[in-house]
Amino acid sequence: MIEKPLNRLAQATPTPIARRVKGLSDRAIAWIFVGPTIFLLLVINIFPLIWTINLSFTNFKANRIGREIEYIGLRNYERILGDSDIWLSMQATAHFLFWTLFLQVIIGFTLAWLINRKFRGNDLWTTIIVLPMMLSPAVVGNFWTFLYQPQIGLFNYVVAFFTGADPSSFEMLGSVNLAPWAIVIVDTWMWTPFVMLICLAGLRSIPNYIYEAAEVDRASKLRQFFTITIPMVLPFLMLAILFRGIENFKMFDLVVQLTGGGPGSTTELASINLKREAFEKWRTGYSSAFAIILFVTVFGLASIYVKALNKVKER
Amino acid sequence: MSDFFQGLIRFRRGPWELLATLLIALGVFMLMQPFVMWAYTYSFITTLIGTVMFIVVSHFPKD
Repeated sequence: MIEKPLNRLAQATPTPIARRVKGLSDRAIAWIFVGPTIFLLLVINIFPLIWTINLSFTNFKANRIGREIEYIGLRNYERILGDSDIWLSMQATAHFLFWTLFLQVIIGFTLAWLINRKFRGNDLWTTIIVLPMMLSPAVVGNFWTFLYQPQIGLFNYVVAFFTGADPSSFEMLGSVNLAPWAIVIVDTWMWTPFVMLICLAGLRSIPNYIYEAAEVDRASKLRQFFTITIPMVLPFLMLAILFRGIENFKMFDLVVQLTGGGPGSTTELASINLKREAFEKWRTGYSSAFAIILFVTVFGLASIYVKALNKVKER
Repeated sequence: MSDFFQGLIRFRRGPWELLATLLIALGVFMLMQPFVMWAYTYSFITTLIGTVMFIVVSHFPKD
């Protein structure tokens, strides 16, 4: 008789363990498998969240551990929601969020639509376009800082070539008006490929026979685009917006590398402001309250977005 | 419109979710708008009410 590997494994299990496992119900075995993950989730995610909520009601400062912690109720929330500097950082975040999403969706979808057409070198172009996404934000931030240099930067020369302006007459990272756009350009350059890939997946999932049926019905290309392509890619597009929206709401590394929040505080996004409050001013209680405000906002947006996504998928 | 209010009175998921969604959207707009400070001040409580309401009402019966 040929011995199966599973039988061999069962025989190799020490008898006391095998006897103990045999006595357990299916539910108990399931808990044994799921338990460690739930434990890790509680320790890594849920506990810090509850602890942050707790700290947000105190005047705790992480650089003064010995000091007595005083519960101050909702005072941190009152201060944050009456602070005009934080209001400005929320406006900077809104500007960044809106324009990056807008540009990434438009350019990403257009690129996906073009790449989806069969032509020579299609795969090579996809690889080239996807490259920026694979780079580290620190690297991207660093080399775009060089590209934006008014004296030697390539960006200024390209703009000068098209507009006729003097390359050293404007400074992308040093100007109050241009710096918010500078970070939008870099984020768009880096993350449009991500939106493109998701849209490409959506476009490739549309079966050809739908277009063939539309051709038989003499639907024009434009009509096919608006009644077949767009509705069928929409769930994918919404997913891309959800991912990029949440990521950009928390954007930190790229902007710190590029502008550090400056000039002044024109590019100081909410997460940069939060980091300053928490680890430069050491107002841990205050920054915890700020973090909770941002968390509730992202959570609320994500909830309605997931709901909308499910509705679109049901159609 | 009357269906919407009927749904609200009968605690149906659809209209309540719509209401919660509107509250969240309003709260986020209030948080990020550059026009009036008082809207920013009351943005968090609006978003919080909307979010909690959304979690609760998503357990309401569908029809």
